[in-house]
Amino acid sequence: MHAYLKLDHLDKSFTRGQATTEVLTDINLAVAQGEYVSIIGHSGCGKSTMLNIVAGLTPATRGGVLLEDREVNAPGPDRAVVFQNHSLLPWLTVYENVRLGVDKVFRSTKSRAERDAWVMHNLNLVQMAHARDKRPAEISGGMKQRVGIARALAMEPKVLLLDEPFGALDALTRAHLQDSVMALHQKLNNTVLMITHDVDEAVLLSDRIVMMTNGPSARIGEVLDVPLPHPRKRLELATNPIYLKCRQRVLEFLYERHRFVEAA
Amino acid sequence: MSMTALKTESSPPVPAASAPILTLSPKRPPRMEVLAKRGREAAARIVPPLIVVALLLVVWELLCRRAGATLPPPSRVIRETKDLILDPFFDNGGIDKGLFWHISASLKRVALGYSLAVVVGVALGTLVGQSIWAMRGLDPLFQVLRTIPPLAWLPLALAAFRDGQPSAIFVIFITSIWPIIINTAVGIRNIPQDYRNVAAVLQLNPLEFFAKVMIPSAAPYIFTGLRIGIGLSWLAIVAAEMLIGGVGIGFFIWDAWNSSHISEIILALVYVGIIGFVLDRLIALLASVVTRGTATN
Repeated sequence: MHAYLKLDHLDKSFTRGQATTEVLTDINLAVAQGEYVSIIGHSGCGKSTMLNIVAGLTPATRGGVLLEDREVNAPGPDRAVVFQNHSLLPWLTVYENVRLGVDKVFRSTKSRAERDAWVMHNLNLVQMAHARDKRPAEISGGMKQRVGIARALAMEPKVLLLDEPFGALDALTRAHLQDSVMALHQKLNNTVLMITHDVDEAVLLSDRIVMMTNGPSARIGEVLDVPLPHPRKRLELATNPIYLKCRQRVLEFLYERHRFVEAA
Repeated sequence: MSMTALKTESSPPVPAASAPILTLSPKRPPRMEVLAKRGREAAARIVPPLIVVALLLVVWELLCRRAGATLPPPSRVIRETKDLILDPFFDNGGIDKGLFWHISASLKRVALGYSLAVVVGVALGTLVGQSIWAMRGLDPLFQVLRTIPPLAWLPLALAAFRDGQPSAIFVIFITSIWPIIINTAVGIRNIPQDYRNVAAVLQLNPLEFFAKVMIPSAAPYIFTGLRIGIGLSWLAIVAAEMLIGGVGIGFFIWDAWNSSHISEIILALVYVGIIGFVLDRLIALLASVVTRGTATN
């Protein structure tokens, strides 16, 4: 397997005064192009830190991130992030929020009209074109997250980074949005790295699930392949033996071998 | 109604066809009623202060009417200043001008000094809010300088500029800049990390970040500073003009005092108060227009 995105011997520690906290230790992960990889672990295991390192928002202490064999250590639109709390700029309309990124990335390669069409194309992908002139405060949480996804997709990133994208949503909206993300992945075949703490979500969406041990100095405990064909249907999977087995494996990992210790 | 009747003849009956007419008509009350309602709402806001003002005028009239009162009662104020009120535009040369010219001269000084303070204040506030070292270096200085009373700067300004006009503008500038700097800095420091992350992923350059993220995000704070600033400027201009002389509402008051025209002082105070109020409202209005979309969600 050719590694499109590679996390190479990543270590991360935070130092405050005398005290140094090891957060991540020796993280090695290779992601192929078009692959959907989830990272799952208890809270505090450093999975968000890991995503931030890939995004370039947090520097690694040791090791590095390679994208197409080139080191990336600063944030950039080639690794677009969908933030947990959507992070839309509230003073811009839905359209303007997406347009901001599009103008930045395609300033020299697309004409004004093309950029406008591209923004609308991406809003259409997430079914948000109807709300183009609304401000984030005027749309629901699920809609905000859709716009966040459109903003990230519109930058045509090499890797799409999803930081618990459905975490702040109610269960029904979440399922709906998961289906949308699955359909988008099916259509665009982009490389996705997603943080989650929802076992069903991880199994449903991913090609591979990376399970993190508990922090401090968390490491990759196990990597599980999910050999289910795409497109996947939520209802059919509920009784699928492979699905249930994968789900079982993740649950065992999280709740038997690496139980969450409150004091850790 | 005849339209729907025609339609139903030619096509199968459409049950919804007559519905909009029925539901819409009660939704829109007659125009007179709307006007009456607006009128009542306006009256509820305007009548109470009017009553209070009227009561105060009566008390003032009663107190100052007696023999030996040092201040004129309102009736005398109006009688003595009738010419000034009725003709604010006369110009007899020198400082013998109508109130309009005095006030506009003061407003010009405030506009100049305040505009300078806004530009420099927002820039310095951004610097202090953005850079920890700028804050460590400059903040103690600001905290000391901002406690200096506006008029204490005036002699220094006169020594430096050797002219009243730039000195007055400088006093306005130095008075209004501190709240602008401090509030801008707080606003910049409070930009959520999320927005900074978004800007980082989009690779906005510093100028784009300033215009598209910093200013809109900090706008509510900046406008708080701007409002305090305009209030302080208007406070300072009157005092400064008393000292520098020339045309201006401050010197008008001082001149009236020197000529024992107490009624003119009272009239000028009323104007100063109203204009200060209007300036404050103007900035508040601007703030509500500009920060319309920045409410956190």
